[in-house]
Amino acid sequence: MKLPIYMDNHATTPVDPRVFEAMKPYFTEIFGNAASRNHSFGWQAEEAVETARKHVAKLIGATAKEIVFTSGATESNNLAIKGVAEMYQEKGNHIITVVTEHKAVLDSCKHLEKQGCRVTYLPVDRYGLVNLDDLRKVITDKTILISVMMANNEIGVIQPIKEIGQIAREHKVLMHTDAVQAAGKIPVNVDDLNVDLLSISAHKMYGPKGVGALYVRRKNPRVMLSPIIDGGGHERGMRSGTLNVTGIVGLGKAAELAYLEMPEETKRITHLRDKLQKSIFAQIPEVFINGHPTNRLPGNLNISFAYVEGESLLMGLSDVAVSSGSACTSASLEPSYVLKALGVGEELAHSSLRFGLGRFNTEEEVDFTIKKVVQAVNKLRELSPLWEMFQEGIDLKTVTWAAH
Amino acid sequence: MAYSDKVIDHYNNPRNVGSFDKSATDIGTGLVGAPECGDVMKLQLKINKEGVIEDAKFKTFGCGSAIASSSLATEWVKGKTVDEALQIKNTDIVRELNLPPIKIHCSVLAEDAIKSAVADYRKKQESLVKEEVLQTIS
Ligand SMILES: Cc1ncc(COP(=O)(O)O)c(C=O)c1O
Ligand code: FES
Repeated sequence: MKLPIYMDNHATTPVDPRVFEAMKPYFTEIFGNAASRNHSFGWQAEEAVETARKHVAKLIGATAKEIVFTSGATESNNLAIKGVAEMYQEKGNHIITVVTEHKAVLDSCKHLEKQGCRVTYLPVDRYGLVNLDDLRKVITDKTILISVMMANNEIGVIQPIKEIGQIAREHKVLMHTDAVQAAGKIPVNVDDLNVDLLSISAHKMYGPKGVGALYVRRKNPRVMLSPIIDGGGHERGMRSGTLNVTGIVGLGKAAELAYLEMPEETKRITHLRDKLQKSIFAQIPEVFINGHPTNRLPGNLNISFAYVEGESLLMGLSDVAVSSGSACTSASLEPSYVLKALGVGEELAHSSLRFGLGRFNTEEEVDFTIKKVVQAVNKLRELSPLWEMFQEGIDLKTVTWAAH
Repeated sequence: MAYSDKVIDHYNNPRNVGSFDKSATDIGTGLVGAPECGDVMKLQLKINKEGVIEDAKFKTFGCGSAIASSSLATEWVKGKTVDEALQIKNTDIVRELNLPPIKIHCSVLAEDAIKSAVADYRKKQESLVKEEVLQTIS
């Protein structure tokens, strides 16, 4: 077993060696511009791009023509939201999204608010799920888009996209989902889910960073987007710029592998995650799951270790790369807005760790991680004045704190 | 963010972890910070009749820098008089531990903890004196 162990697969994933092999020739020998129509260099590149497009489409149940390649999901989300807002401004100016979305969605919406759009940010329940009645209530005849992520990057909760898409259909509103964390991990099918736009990113599914895709429905309804990047008119005019052939080949290969291996991989990763969870709960008192207990991505485990601060816990886990919702780890010194939205108390948000298990984690690594987590939590609780007070039976809520 | 070697050393081998009896008259207890802010420090000083800090103990809920700041503070105050201990500035801690700007507030907390512990001790002494006075009068 090699240290440190990587267990932060929601942040990014390593490139699968098979993906890397597939990409290699496109750095050197096959370097053509996929838009060069008049020589074999261009044709070869174009062929590679089209093969990749098919694999991506297959992974999400779309047709190849509906895939627009981008620089990643941040761009896909921007394009979906801003592109719809501009294209459909005659029809309306109201967008509905959710407070726990990724910043690429939230900040795109904020940008549009400055330009006169109205945005409704739906709350979530304590599991991180949106309420369908809440959604129905806020749709108006000015609503043009609903954007709800399929699986959350912090707590892994899986939203009822199919039902939300159905509601969008009924109201003739377009439906976008950020499926970055879901694609390649759980089944995604744009027709089953009733979605019109869907964002994915290669580096969350064992492909390279800096490449992603946006699915744009072509039939029932045919979705139009105003581009946010103007230029040579690539990707049906929706995304100009010479295609990142190497990256796209990597995304295609990653999608192909994910499609083939998902059933096996889900089983394996779920087993590892459950083991991690059960062992931690068996060995450490006062721990709490953040998010939904079961309706969650296979590799996700987000837990709060009460009376222990997250960043110090990360320090104790120096051989295991995970992340925390604690304010101390963030540049803004604010705890995770996702955990806050669930109503997790701030003190528990500070105590949270996110484990993200992935394709390359082994059982041995999980066993090692369990041991390290138990050690670190015990050590830090010995050091914690809050743990001491808890043990003395003091209710921390009754203490007047000298907050600063 | 990478931690300085000194922060790591204090984190791995925190000095003077523990608690004294809060109610003892020669103990001053400072409890600063708040759980919602992600940092709580408890610093206790054992002070003799001459006003010298004989021993110190801490417990901290907070990041590695907060733990290191309080651990260092316990080392520094030991053997100092109360007045000398009050001279310890958070900037001294920042310098010693090489804390980055974003972690300065963790050192401020340690300075506050010393002040608060001393204040607690002085309050106890005052009420003791009052009690004695009352006893002498009666
Ligand atoms: C849910 C979600 N959406 C969007 C993104 C952004 O993707 P990218 O890094 O490809 O821009 C991420 C990853 O950070 C994510 O987790
Ligand atoms: S205790 Fe939060 S940054 Fe140090």
